[in-house]
Amino acid sequence: MRYIGAFLRFWYDFIVGDDWVIALGVLIALGLTALIADRGVTAWWVMPVAVIALLATSLRRALRESSSDRAERPEP
Amino acid sequence: MTRSVFLFLTAFLACGVEMVEALTIVLAVGVTRGWRSTLIGAGAATLALAVLIGALGPAISSVPIDTLRLVVGGLLLVFGLQWLRKAILRAGGYKPLHDEAAAFEKERAEAGEASRGGPSTLDWYSFTVSFKGVFLEGLEVAFIVITFGAAQHNGVATAAAAAAAAFVIVLGAGVLVRAPLSRVPENTLKFTVGLLLTTFGTFWSAEGAGVSWPGEDGALLAILGLLLVTSLAAVRLLRRERGLPRLSPVRRGGEA
Repeated sequence: MRYIGAFLRFWYDFIVGDDWVIALGVLIALGLTALIADRGVTAWWVMPVAVIALLATSLRRALRESSSDRAERPEP
Repeated sequence: MTRSVFLFLTAFLACGVEMVEALTIVLAVGVTRGWRSTLIGAGAATLALAVLIGALGPAISSVPIDTLRLVVGGLLLVFGLQWLRKAILRAGGYKPLHDEAAAFEKERAEAGEASRGGPSTLDWYSFTVSFKGVFLEGLEVAFIVITFGAAQHNGVATAAAAAAAAFVIVLGAGVLVRAPLSRVPENTLKFTVGLLLTTFGTFWSAEGAGVSWPGEDGALLAILGLLLVTSLAAVRLLRRERGLPRLSPVRRGGEA
């Protein structure tokens, strides 16, 4: 059981990485692109906009985590 | 043509970065505990990666190209955004720069403390650490080479040539220096690889989802330009927030 857990953990870390929001966001953006393209509407702009938005969101999350880490650390 | 140049560059840089990290581990263990078991471990990992590529390559090639581009592009995009995010945070002063000299010293200290077997037996510590280092660092590269190769005509040959060139250069430098390659501007390389993976990932995944790009292959350059400008702006903002000076392009070998 421990080995299965470690195996799954490895693949989660390998594919999803540090921020699950990126993986989920890419999935949603691709779904939206496919949906729009399927209706015959121009959809090439969706992915670039989504990528920039995801990068900004992920960076903001990292900064928030970084500042809360510093706030929790006791004074030397 | 544009795709092939980008493909070669991305595979070369990604392989180079991961190989420098693997080399650091192998050197630290080899210098501290001896070379025999360390090199057997590195060789076994290389063999395991070759078997994996040999088995997965043909299997992936039989998947329909649009499905492949959607899945592969999506995965490359996730990888690329993670690399880019980390590189921006490092350049912005929010994460320490990955220092190969420090990583080498840490590995060497841990290797020195572990117990040893007899002189004629295989040193399992050296074997395992070396195997794990080479296999794990190589796995992402193997994935990039396989998927790049499968998603583009003649891609396997181009990506494999880029990986081989990176292997020869990094290994040659390691043999010459016999020390961690600490002068490699690692974050700049990761920043570049992150940009290229994200560019290809965006392009292919959207094509796989049914999009026709205006300007066809030329859209790759437009996506790359957009990502570059956005990423540099993010670095500048983060450095200003941290109270750090603006990055000089020539300082520390152009470390972004």
